[in-house]
Amino acid sequence: MGELDWFPLWNSLRIAAVSTAIVFFAGIALAYYVARLPRLVKGVADVILTLPLVLPPTVVGYLLLRLLGPKRILGAWALRVLGLRLTMTWWSAIIATAVVVFPLMYRTARGAFESFDETLAQAGQTLGLSNTYIFWRIRMPVCRQGILAGTVLTFARALGEYGATSMIAGYTPGRTATVSTTVYQLWRTDNDALALRWVLVNVAISAAVLLAVNLLERRKGAA
Amino acid sequence: MSLVVDIEKRLPGFTLKMAFTAGNETLALLGASGSGKSMTLQCIAGIVTPDRGHIEVDGRVLFDSDSRVNLPPQQRRVGYLFQQYALFPHMTARQNLLCGVRDKKRAGAKADAMLATLGLTAAADKLPAQLSGGEQQRIALGRILLNGPDILLLDEPFSALDSHLRFALEGELRRTIRDFGKTVVLVSHDRDEAYRLSDTMALVENGHVTARGTKETIFARPRTRAGAALTGCKNLSPITPLPDGRILADDWGVLLTAGQVPETARYVGVRMHAVQYGPGENELHGAVTEVVENPFSCTVMVQPQGGKKPLGWEVDKSWWREHKAGSVTLHLPKDALLLLEE
Repeated sequence: MGELDWFPLWNSLRIAAVSTAIVFFAGIALAYYVARLPRLVKGVADVILTLPLVLPPTVVGYLLLRLLGPKRILGAWALRVLGLRLTMTWWSAIIATAVVVFPLMYRTARGAFESFDETLAQAGQTLGLSNTYIFWRIRMPVCRQGILAGTVLTFARALGEYGATSMIAGYTPGRTATVSTTVYQLWRTDNDALALRWVLVNVAISAAVLLAVNLLERRKGAA
Repeated sequence: MSLVVDIEKRLPGFTLKMAFTAGNETLALLGASGSGKSMTLQCIAGIVTPDRGHIEVDGRVLFDSDSRVNLPPQQRRVGYLFQQYALFPHMTARQNLLCGVRDKKRAGAKADAMLATLGLTAAADKLPAQLSGGEQQRIALGRILLNGPDILLLDEPFSALDSHLRFALEGELRRTIRDFGKTVVLVSHDRDEAYRLSDTMALVENGHVTARGTKETIFARPRTRAGAALTGCKNLSPITPLPDGRILADDWGVLLTAGQVPETARYVGVRMHAVQYGPGENELHGAVTEVVENPFSCTVMVQPQGGKKPLGWEVDKSWWREHKAGSVTLHLPKDALLLLEE
């Protein structure tokens, strides 16, 4: 066995990091605004935003290809106007991963906001504090534990994304290969020993992340 | 200094329809849980928007549905003390006070001065969870006062505290209110607390003000059955007026001379401590059905002969120990009878 080519790990990490960053803000913003919608609209929005969590990743991948493929509406537009291919590149995996993990962030943020005592925000308002200040300096810090746990969980899930990613970004060694697609490729080509090494790397990272989630939640319980 | 409230808001179950004014005084809104007292405070503070109406403080319009004025809470200058105080849990006592200062230039000095005034300098760096209930209330009040409000709203200020703490803190709150010197609206369901802290009172039932006046008149002459109950009158009975001007208290089976009986009167009430021992006007004889011991008095339940329900009579504990009996003669002085509307 030769030296391990670390590219898939690096690629997985950057895809997970960027998609988690995007989903962090999008999930929090949508959780905040959806909670304020009228009940009926809220129900519909909630279903749409949570759907990727329960759909098979391959279905998400298929739907994304219908949108982002070079001959499809968004994909053709991006190619023509921006000169960007939205599929079969490493950053297309970011799109796929972000869509798949979005509900995790959205739902944990919503749970955290729902347990937030609204009288704190109201007290801030009567004291003349701006709504922006109240959001970033009161609501977010008070909900910190839940949101942090959600973020870590989102990152962990992003790291392991396989289905939608393999459909949108494919498997090109050195370009779009991630840990999960590499494991599949190695197993398919009977390179069992190398596949096992990647599996161990993956298990170690995932376990570390879950340990972090547990520690965060324990702290929340103590507070 | 004045407050004018005339608002309407439809809620599931009932419609809030509150109209009252308050001058330079402490007004207590006394009502049962769910009667709309807190909701009224929230409307004044701008946390809840009424369906229609008008709210003004010192001539400044905070809300007016006709001219479409609805100031955000930030611009209302209404100090609101929440039931659980709403201290920001991740900030220290001092940081909480800093949040109250509008003029950020001298915020630090003002917060420190307030800590000293409150006698909480040593607690400056503690989180709210590390403070006692009383300290939390003081910090919350200090945070509001630093904000320089035009009016102070107190929502059940003692409900979060153990009863032994309440009395001491009540004195402190009374001094704070006096020093504040402007309009204060207090919401409470505790008649004693409301009486001790306020100058005037409004009884709130089902989202309406049913009585408004000085606390003395509200307690001495409640107009309605619910008003009498809210001010602590526990002996209440429906009545049947008789042609000779007397009334029959249906529950107790007792004929009463009550003076002039208004046509709208449907109930008679008598406070337990106003029931007198021995023969006299409006006399009744009855059997003692139960004796409830309070810390310093006894409530003796007496079932009058021919009555359906007992009435309560409050007596001194040691007196009752000496005069204990299976049946007693009592009388209800005419001046102690409350004639009440539905």
